[in-house]
Amino acid sequence: MNEDHPTPPRFPGYDVLAKWDSPSFDDVTRDVLAHRLDVVPPRRWLTADEWELLDAINARLLPQPERANPIPITPWIDAMLFDDRGEGYRHPDMPPLRDAWRQGLAAVDDEARRVHDLPFARLDTAAQDAVLQLLADGRAASPRWQGLDARRFFIHHLLKTAAGFYYAHPAAWNEIGFGGPASPRGYVRLGFDSRDPWEAKEAR
Amino acid sequence: MERDRLRRPREPARLRPARLRQPRPVGSEGGAVSAGHSPRTGAGRAPDVFERGGWVTMREYGDDEPVDFAIVGAGAGGATLACKLAEAGFSVVVLEAGPFWRPLEDFASDEEAQQQLYWLDERLSGGADALALGGNNSGWGVGGSTVHFSMISLRFRPDWFQSRSRLGYGVDWPITYEELAPYYDEAERALAVSGPVRYPWGPPRRRYPYREHEMNAAGLVLARGAENMGIPWASVPLATVSAPRGKSPPCVYRGFCNFGCATNAKQSALIVWIPRALAAGAEVRDLAMAGRIELGQDGRAQGIHYRRGDQWRFQRARNVVVSGYAIETPRLLLNSACNRFPHGLANGSGLVGTHLTTHAGPGMWARFDEEIRWYKGPPNMAVCEHWNYTDTGKDFHGGYAFMSQGPLPRAWAQLLVTEKNLWGAALRREMRDYNHMAGLVAVAETEPRACNRVELADVRDRHGLPVAHVTFAYSDNDRRMQDHARRFMGAMLEAAGGHDVWTSDDTSHILGTCRMGSDRATSVVNADGRSWDVPNLWICDGSLFPTAGGVNPSLTIQALACRMGARIRTLAARGEL
Repeated sequence: MNEDHPTPPRFPGYDVLAKWDSPSFDDVTRDVLAHRLDVVPPRRWLTADEWELLDAINARLLPQPERANPIPITPWIDAMLFDDRGEGYRHPDMPPLRDAWRQGLAAVDDEARRVHDLPFARLDTAAQDAVLQLLADGRAASPRWQGLDARRFFIHHLLKTAAGFYYAHPAAWNEIGFGGPASPRGYVRLGFDSRDPWEAKEAR
Repeated sequence: MERDRLRRPREPARLRPARLRQPRPVGSEGGAVSAGHSPRTGAGRAPDVFERGGWVTMREYGDDEPVDFAIVGAGAGGATLACKLAEAGFSVVVLEAGPFWRPLEDFASDEEAQQQLYWLDERLSGGADALALGGNNSGWGVGGSTVHFSMISLRFRPDWFQSRSRLGYGVDWPITYEELAPYYDEAERALAVSGPVRYPWGPPRRRYPYREHEMNAAGLVLARGAENMGIPWASVPLATVSAPRGKSPPCVYRGFCNFGCATNAKQSALIVWIPRALAAGAEVRDLAMAGRIELGQDGRAQGIHYRRGDQWRFQRARNVVVSGYAIETPRLLLNSACNRFPHGLANGSGLVGTHLTTHAGPGMWARFDEEIRWYKGPPNMAVCEHWNYTDTGKDFHGGYAFMSQGPLPRAWAQLLVTEKNLWGAALRREMRDYNHMAGLVAVAETEPRACNRVELADVRDRHGLPVAHVTFAYSDNDRRMQDHARRFMGAMLEAAGGHDVWTSDDTSHILGTCRMGSDRATSVVNADGRSWDVPNLWICDGSLFPTAGGVNPSLTIQALACRMGARIRTLAARGEL
């Protein structure tokens, strides 16, 4: 879809990882980022079908048509579920983390089948977007949502989690001009329109 | 190819794989992500937070050896009190559910990895305005939430301690500002707070120990807006040092304050009170989860059942202090129900867990022509307390401060998602404006109401203990205050030159679930934090606050802990413990 294509880079040529061997990166940060870049986890918790479905959803939540190798999101959600690692609370109307994801994914797929008679992953992107917008608007209709708030699942589980993993990736930092890790060197120039030489330069 | 840029950081290939292919075993020393999984204190030593792999000696006590004070929780309340009591010569054991962090080895410059600093065990949170828990308002580990707090060190307005008598709302505290003022001084000195020469609000005060920090552009937005509106503003008094102090180097404006300070410039309880407590002979047991306080036939607490490793153990103590913050403190008391207190320990008043208050955090955000780059420096560098000290022209009771903001990318994206419901290409487009955004978020007092509370759920945690069920809803007054704050902050952003102003909802600190008071029928503890019902049971944390005030609570929690330490010393000298 054409509208997925981002505008021209705002910080052309900026690569936060160019600072890898500089005083902006310490060892503990290098360890964490090397892990994120190189040790993308295998599927361990989702079924193959659930993985395919979630991958299709993530491709709409954070479309990356310009990347031959998109920032991975699905593997990190699978790892989160494998570890049963939530964010410290849940709404009393929501099931526990893993149950909510399993049920919610099934309900999204059922929502697609109700509207288009096809599983979500086989819809074209416009139809996929339309299904997701149903959830965002609180218009979900599948009986599979029983006991699970569809809109809350969409915003709070699917979208918030996917956005969290996407913007935890250095490639995402490059596109928004984030300075990235900054220990021990830190920053010196703090005022309006001030940029340290190791920060991204905006195309104006 | 972008793929190559993504996958192959420009660095000698031989360096990284060696580290990668041999991941440290879970629980081993030094691993950033694995730090939380095995105890680090014991065998006569505790980590030296100032040195990689370093240790300091630590005194230890046997479980059967009754210590003067067993303290549950090593955060702003517990760590401070542990220090004061140990320095006063009492024997002290601190039980902390989380790990003993090593800042130089555990604190990556990375939002995702540093989620480890929050209390992430499951809790239920409901009600008409259900609170977000976890990263917002919890800490896990020695130092508690001061490890990831934004270091804002403000005093309460003096009138707030008698808000019912003087201002006509809320409830009076059992102490006055004048009684607490010397301990505010003590806490500010202990934390070497960096602040302005003249702070525009509050009673006259001595200078802050360290000079204020250079203001970042996010703070200059607030300053410009305030000056254009003719309203005072100030740089935030911050507990991160602006010059070297002991083993702390000055702040380098790295911006990851809310994810753990990797340089030790932040004066957290982990690096301020805990080393002092250890040096004075306190023992800290990390990864020790308290489950139940045991009450004896004589009506006095006997000690604490706690789990460390896979073993349940029992620490005997002459006094028990609960410093688990406003959710875990009432949870522990409720989980300690016994024959004498079937509805929860020290709960004769029925108030344990009730009157939960929070700080509402309505936010206003705007785009600026200039580059702001709010990721640089501490996240909140400029403050306006105008509506904490102005009582005219309000259609609500209570007050609010507001500060400039500096969310990092993950946090900012998640705010856009949950508040603007952006997704797809629209989300990516909006994120591209990251470096041009600025915002103001309020710390707005909410009313103490019995219906907002912590109870026990049917769900049990990995230790087999019932988890907390939190219920919260705003009052009409709470909503009017937030509407006022939105209007005022929005006007200030526009006065500063911001475009496309929009708003968000949030909450932060949680307070008031075991309130202090002068009357045992209307409070859980007295002005010393001592339980009305169980004479050797004490509470020392934000649970004590009868009202929330319109500023961040950490300095007041530490001042109260300093005062409690002094009071306990006095009471002991009189034989009144």
